[in-house]
Amino acid sequence: MVTLSHYLFLGGILFSISILGIFLNRKNIILILMAIELMLLAVNINFIAFSHYLGDLSGQIFVFFILTVAAAESAIGLAIIILIFRNYKSINVADVNRLKE
Amino acid sequence: MTLSTLLTIAVPEIIILIAAMSVLLLGVFYKNTTSLFGITQLTLLIAAYFTAQLPIDVKLTAFNEMFIADSLSMFLKLLSYFALSLVLIYSRSFLQSRNLHNGEFYALTLFALLGINLIISSYHLLSIYMGLELLSLSLYTLVAFDRNRPEATEAAMKYFVLGAVASGFLLYGFSMLYGITGSLQIAEISSRLSDTSINPVVLSFALVFVVVGIAFKFGAAPFQLWVPDVYQGSATPITMFIGSVPKFASVAMLIRLLFQGLDHMVLDWQAMLLIMAIVSMLFGNITAIAQTKIKRLLAYSAISHVGFMFLGLATGTITGIASALMYIAVYVLMTLASFGLIIHLSNQGKELDQITDLSGLGKQKPWCAFLLLLIFLSLAGIPPTIGFYAKFSIIQATIQFGWIWPAVIAVMSALIGIFYYLRIIKVAYFDEPGKNLNQVSKSSNNELSVTLSINTISLLIIGLFPSSLMDIATLTSALIF
Amino acid sequence: MLDSYFPVLLFILVGLGVGIGPLVLGKILAPHKPNDQKNSPYECGFEAFEDARMKFDVRYYLVAILFILFDLEITFLFPWAVVLDSLGLQGFIVMMIFLGILVVGFIYEWKKGALDWE
Repeated sequence: MVTLSHYLFLGGILFSISILGIFLNRKNIILILMAIELMLLAVNINFIAFSHYLGDLSGQIFVFFILTVAAAESAIGLAIIILIFRNYKSINVADVNRLKE
Repeated sequence: MTLSTLLTIAVPEIIILIAAMSVLLLGVFYKNTTSLFGITQLTLLIAAYFTAQLPIDVKLTAFNEMFIADSLSMFLKLLSYFALSLVLIYSRSFLQSRNLHNGEFYALTLFALLGINLIISSYHLLSIYMGLELLSLSLYTLVAFDRNRPEATEAAMKYFVLGAVASGFLLYGFSMLYGITGSLQIAEISSRLSDTSINPVVLSFALVFVVVGIAFKFGAAPFQLWVPDVYQGSATPITMFIGSVPKFASVAMLIRLLFQGLDHMVLDWQAMLLIMAIVSMLFGNITAIAQTKIKRLLAYSAISHVGFMFLGLATGTITGIASALMYIAVYVLMTLASFGLIIHLSNQGKELDQITDLSGLGKQKPWCAFLLLLIFLSLAGIPPTIGFYAKFSIIQATIQFGWIWPAVIAVMSALIGIFYYLRIIKVAYFDEPGKNLNQVSKSSNNELSVTLSINTISLLIIGLFPSSLMDIATLTSALIF
Repeated sequence: MLDSYFPVLLFILVGLGVGIGPLVLGKILAPHKPNDQKNSPYECGFEAFEDARMKFDVRYYLVAILFILFDLEITFLFPWAVVLDSLGLQGFIVMMIFLGILVVGFIYEWKKGALDWE
């Protein structure tokens, strides 16, 4: 039997993986974008699980909005990555550090 | 709900939306940017007129109680219009000289303002999230606006990643809150949390995530990572915008979520805000001492100011909120003046960057040096400027609440702050001009220098007569509940 | 017990049949005149047989970005279309306002030249 806590654990694990992915990743900026997307999906799992077990639809509607905003967010993220590539000729996280003194 | 009540409540937002879209299209079709400046300012004026028409002593809601108009929303919205209007006046010549003056700038600032307005008037987790994202996405784009400068794109990347993480934390907290209470509407969340059968562990879990998300957006330590890089990397007008207007949205978000939604958890979030306030004040002021770049210094100073604001809010009392609202209004006025001065002193192509670039200012441009003196005295919180009164009211509220040692720490950190603010004044007045000296003239822009002078002198005048601003802040915060 | 899995077996068999059938028919019926172009694997827009870690043309990103933005409006359109009958005129007008905002974005990107490949 799959209970609410199973879903919450799944959401929590995905959320932690994405946080680790953002802060431990030293290679590619695209990976950060993917981790951010994963983070929002973890939240979506939470919302849908709660929505199902509460019998309330508003959680699922929230998920629709998160999905669309996530798309807009990744579009802007990709655009910024293109600018980074034009300016730095690289999308390695380690190469993009001109602001640190 | 009839259409007419909806229209009266949300009419400023509708006007801003229509103006933003029109400016976006006019920018590509006609390319006459001077008229876009006028249209944007006119929009702010009209929006301010309609916002001021709403009653302040009644809470009006619309869109199934997702949207609220009350005293807080009116106070913060009017300040946002005013601050944005100043930002646009300061920015124009800078953007023109760097070939960045185009329709997208005005469209993006209007979209950001729409997001700010939406957050300020949100009474529902979904609308808070939508407003926050509208604001954040516009800001990421604005930071990357100067797209051929590597620093700007790098700052945009950092802001984007950390901003997205902050939204993620906030959303995770929202999902927990939704799971606990079964509702997304703030008043309903508050009433359902009064039920004692709720699992306190899950609730505090939700609270931590929400508070961390808010602190990230505010730039309070220890979640301040993005602040110095974004302040330094963005073009100065964009830094000015990010440092000023969105702060009103952040404070509104904090009051709506913590004071109105999670008011039963007051003891828990009070402790968190207090810790962040103390860490921010000390960290910001101590790190600022070591800075050599003026925008980075102002970034760390911003972190310490956020700490003061958090201290006022952490008390959870009406006087605490009033002092924090007063502080934020004053802080934004000072931020606008300080970045306005940087823009004013930046030459064609070369920006004021190092603190040492200011040396000899007192002899070359006595008026500018005097304005600098006033601004930095106010930032340091030295009487008779308004900065003193703002800090004083926060500390007064803290002591009234019975917190003696946080008040002592606040005074201590303010004293540390005075050190580096006075160092800048010393550089401007007593250091010999090096080879980096700024060329006199060039700043033929009267509009900018007049605005800057009025803005700065107002720091002194309001400082001499602070009671009217404080009365408005007190009235606003008394009517929130 | 195993009976309940019979549809799955049937599904696998039909799936295999639909997959293999056309291939066999093609082998038997189609004319065979192989050349280099035909033997190379097809990949949209790229030369085949290059280093997989090659650089993408930045224009692909632009198209991808624009596609994502206009693709996801279906998330709102689909549920709206399903319950349009009970939403009435108000629901219709609200969605038209939403689409109007999207159209403004579309006009902007069109005029800005983001849709031109060259």
